Amino acid sequence: MTPSELNQLRDSLKAAHKNVKKCLHVCVGSGCLSSKSETFIPAIQKEIQAQGLKEYTVKGVGCRGLCAAGPLVSSEPDGTLYHEVTEADVKGIVENLNGIKNNEKVYNTDTPFFKKQKKIVLENAGEIDPCSIDEYICADGYTALTKVLTSMNPQQVIDTISTSGLRGRGGAGFPTGRKWGMMAKSVSKDGKKFVVCNGDEGDPGAFMDRSMMEADPHRILEGMIIAGYAVGSDQGFVYVRAEYPLAVKRFQLAIEKAREKNLLGKNILGSSFSFDIEIRLGAGAFVCGEETALIASIEGKRGSPSPRPPFPTTSGIWGKPTMINNVETFANVAPIINRGGDWFASIGTDKSKGTKVFALTGHVTNSGLIEVPMGTTLREIVFDIGGGCLNGKKFKAVQTGGPSGGFITEKDLDTPISYENLQNLGSIMGSGGMVVLDEDDCMVDITRFYLRFCVDESCGKCAPCRIGGYQLLQILENILRGRGTPEDLPQLKQICHAMQKASLCGLGQTAPNPVLSTMKNFEDEYKAYIEGGVKYARQKSKGKS
Amino acid sequence: MNTEIIKATINGTPVEVPAGTKILEAARKVHIKIPTLCKHQDLLPSGGCGLCIVRVKGSPKMFRACTTPLENGMDITTHDAEIVETRKTVLELILSNHPDECLTCGRNTNCELQRLSAEFGIRDDKIKRYVPDLPKDASTGSIIIDARKCIKCGRCVQVCQEIQNVWALSFLHRGINTKMAPCGDISLAESPCIRCGQCAAHCPTGAIVEKDDVPAVWDALHNPEKFCTVQIAPAVRVSLGEEFGLPPGTDLTKKIYAALRRLGFKAIFDSNFSADLTIMEEASEFVDRFTKNPSSLPLVTSCCPSWTDFMEKMHPDFIDHFSSAKSPQQMMGAMVKTYFAQKNNIDPAKIFQLSIMPCTAKKFELERCKEMKSSGYPDVDCSITTREFARMIKQSGIDFDSIPEEKADSILGEHSGAGVIFGTTGGVMEAALRTAYNVITGKNLEKEAIDIQSVRGLDGVKEATIGVGNFNVRVAVAHGLANVEYILDKVREAKQQGKESPYHFIEVMACPGGCIGGGGQPYGVTDNLRQKRMAGIYQCDRNCPVRCSHDNPEIKKIYADFLGSPRSEKAHELLHTHYQSRPIYQR
Repeated sequence: MTPSELNQLRDSLKAAHKNVKKCLHVCVGSGCLSSKSETFIPAIQKEIQAQGLKEYTVKGVGCRGLCAAGPLVSSEPDGTLYHEVTEADVKGIVENLNGIKNNEKVYNTDTPFFKKQKKIVLENAGEIDPCSIDEYICADGYTALTKVLTSMNPQQVIDTISTSGLRGRGGAGFPTGRKWGMMAKSVSKDGKKFVVCNGDEGDPGAFMDRSMMEADPHRILEGMIIAGYAVGSDQGFVYVRAEYPLAVKRFQLAIEKAREKNLLGKNILGSSFSFDIEIRLGAGAFVCGEETALIASIEGKRGSPSPRPPFPTTSGIWGKPTMINNVETFANVAPIINRGGDWFASIGTDKSKGTKVFALTGHVTNSGLIEVPMGTTLREIVFDIGGGCLNGKKFKAVQTGGPSGGFITEKDLDTPISYENLQNLGSIMGSGGMVVLDEDDCMVDITRFYLRFCVDESCGKCAPCRIGGYQLLQILENILRGRGTPEDLPQLKQICHAMQKASLCGLGQTAPNPVLSTMKNFEDEYKAYIEGGVKYARQKSKGKS
Repeated sequence: MNTEIIKATINGTPVEVPAGTKILEAARKVHIKIPTLCKHQDLLPSGGCGLCIVRVKGSPKMFRACTTPLENGMDITTHDAEIVETRKTVLELILSNHPDECLTCGRNTNCELQRLSAEFGIRDDKIKRYVPDLPKDASTGSIIIDARKCIKCGRCVQVCQEIQNVWALSFLHRGINTKMAPCGDISLAESPCIRCGQCAAHCPTGAIVEKDDVPAVWDALHNPEKFCTVQIAPAVRVSLGEEFGLPPGTDLTKKIYAALRRLGFKAIFDSNFSADLTIMEEASEFVDRFTKNPSSLPLVTSCCPSWTDFMEKMHPDFIDHFSSAKSPQQMMGAMVKTYFAQKNNIDPAKIFQLSIMPCTAKKFELERCKEMKSSGYPDVDCSITTREFARMIKQSGIDFDSIPEEKADSILGEHSGAGVIFGTTGGVMEAALRTAYNVITGKNLEKEAIDIQSVRGLDGVKEATIGVGNFNVRVAVAHGLANVEYILDKVREAKQQGKESPYHFIEVMACPGGCIGGGGQPYGVTDNLRQKRMAGIYQCDRNCPVRCSHDNPEIKKIYADFLGSPRSEKAHELLHTHYQSRPIYQR
């Protein structure tokens, strides 16, 4: 396929799309699928036929975010949204295609949850069928790739990404353009370089990457292919955890379809550039999301980290230069190429550009997947978009950054979100997990939850993380059983400090963060356990003592 | 080659090192020791223990000195209050996961963890101890793994996988449950383990130690029915001194004879003699193949039991190339229980033959196949390592430092210089070539030429061509089993292409450095130490009036009196063995 053939295809797809008067979008993301949403599609088809509505159609689409109200069905282009749909609702929904009669399941979309979001990476989620490459092409997919291959040299691509100010969405926030630039300069003896998409999402409560891979896999592929072109690589790997079977399936399908259309493989779109992608499955170790452990895992070795330097861009998979970017980072590439680095840089704060996807969970009313411009305040996210705490409970804290992150309390809620601001509050951006805690949550207990996660996921290679994490957990367990002593608190701090300074990789260095963060913000809850026992502490943590 | 010089400062002292030098080594250059429990000079740094953290000015993070290369302009602090305090906490954490059993541990007084904890002045168990209840693995009969004492430094796994290419040990599980064990959590005996003991030699604690056979030796010595005899291996004489504070490489042969006699052994022999015997058989085998049947070349040496075990498991296609000559240990045993017994009219059933070896695999060799009982009895009854032997001397109350020198017993005690160099990599090759030269040319190598320098030294693979009369003999020497593949693949490649073998004669010893670096030698082995022990071995060789095995008068006598000629029927019965393909995993 040549660029002009691709354009022709897109034009004809768009023309065909115009003929469809209305289309029902059934969410087939993991969340809605768990309520059997896929069965609605044949049911709706049948109902459309039964009612003789020829200009209407139905399709499965990726997650549109409001998971708490799922399964979701929407009617496009009018945008009527139906929530908590069951098979019994199908008839009414189809009848509504000719004008709303049944209001019962219609969801009010005129709320901050929808209004305050800005969708860039999720723009196709809920709009296109993730299993159809034609739908992606029709939604201007692969225009960025065409642009890059026909009118830009690799340096121009890197410059555009640098101008955009995009930073790594995996959590650390390393400038993406700089990483690409380092990789482009990296010398490989046999010319082999690898581009890796890190889809080993593992933070508890986080499902951003999963949703993106399930909803719009071609967007990620397109980002990777463009990255390959920019840095001089002909081989990409998508590293996905095996616990994401749907994402793997859709990704695999996307790869095959892209190959069929010559968007992957040799001489892409008739150019001299060749690039192919393989999927590698992770076996479920959280630490494999860490770059060096991920590399070891792809090589078929035990997934434990190794010290840096050498950095992967110098020596990665099988000793070759390797560039690893997160799913969301790659998903930002095509829009940046299409609309320009300056456009992207106009969104967000001074140092944190663009939008960020968060998985908003915990005791919040509108739990789900959201995308907001950088610079949105935490209060807007929790209270406007999230609708505040469930059942009108009082807000206590919001945890960001996953198990490596920290807790942010009421007094800091007006902080605009940026990599730096969250760090200054003792937390981190992380990959986008955001867990809301209300007045009934015991902070020591929550801390134990996060810590236990890190202890379970420690690879065991370095002593500070392996033993330090375990010992921290023992002390916390003891405190929670009412058997803590005043000496426990300084010892917790001592071990936390050693782990931060002496652990080999990011997992161990940041595992104590939840402990330090809660000890700083909620020391009274720890003391309540030590001084007054379990019952007293439980009451006190609920503010009822 | 990178010749760039890096300039930086460590604790205010300027330092210049070649690019790529890690902070840990750079610090040593300016006389600063940074503590570590995982980094070993033989191994690439893994960054496991977390003790070697240092501060680099301008960075809020701490860096591992073992893995971080020095960069131009770095301003490094290796010791300040926070660094030392952090190290101490890490050490306390490691101790909290380690049994409190120092007094009954095989590494008591010689443990890297114990030493560091003493240096750091750790006086109480502030962090509650958690030691998992894991059983010992004594399945091999050579080495014992006590996983509870393991600090997961990873040295054993690295040496087993990267230096030895055996892959018996690996990391299992994760987090606090991480342990070192054979893949699949099978026993070591069921794994590809070749009992080389390099894991034990590199372990910083008592998690992997040799099986202690000293009690069995005492039992024999205290049994009036037993006639106790003993042999000492070439490499033991130059390393034993380290256990008594003497410099590495000191030749203690005659003090060892004296100590053995006082321990109660009735006849004291030297494996150097049986090494000469091995050469007589092996060189004869080589000359035979070389002159009559060149297509059966290369001949491969077989006196290292770890190597033969490795070959049988991993490279059975080389079985036909293996010398059928037994190792010196087994030849000595066979001679003691036949020739010596008959000559002195002793019932061989009552003879106890002990071997003192630098090796843990020699314990395993005692029973590796039926030919190890060619005398009708176990040719050797028990094998102990240099370390166990040192403990025996200490237990016996012998003042080793001042004990006067004595001689070995005749007739199995006299040896040539060729016998003693068996203890180092390249030595078997050199000894065999000295005799093969004589067999082919009828003359001995002249003066300096007798030191065959091209097969000496610590290079992992040594290739050389030696002029023997009108012939050129192409040889290869490898030590550290990961180096073997290169040589064997070259032979295989030639075979496939129908070409002549690139080598006529190949020597392999499993342990880096050969037996001087054996798994049963005193702890703390590094290349520096290996070199010193090796120098000691070559000094022993030079000190010998007789330099070639075939010139050893006692060797001549034993062939005249008893064996006939090399590879005679009798020699075959007593001095040769066979090899067979074995499964890599026993389960």
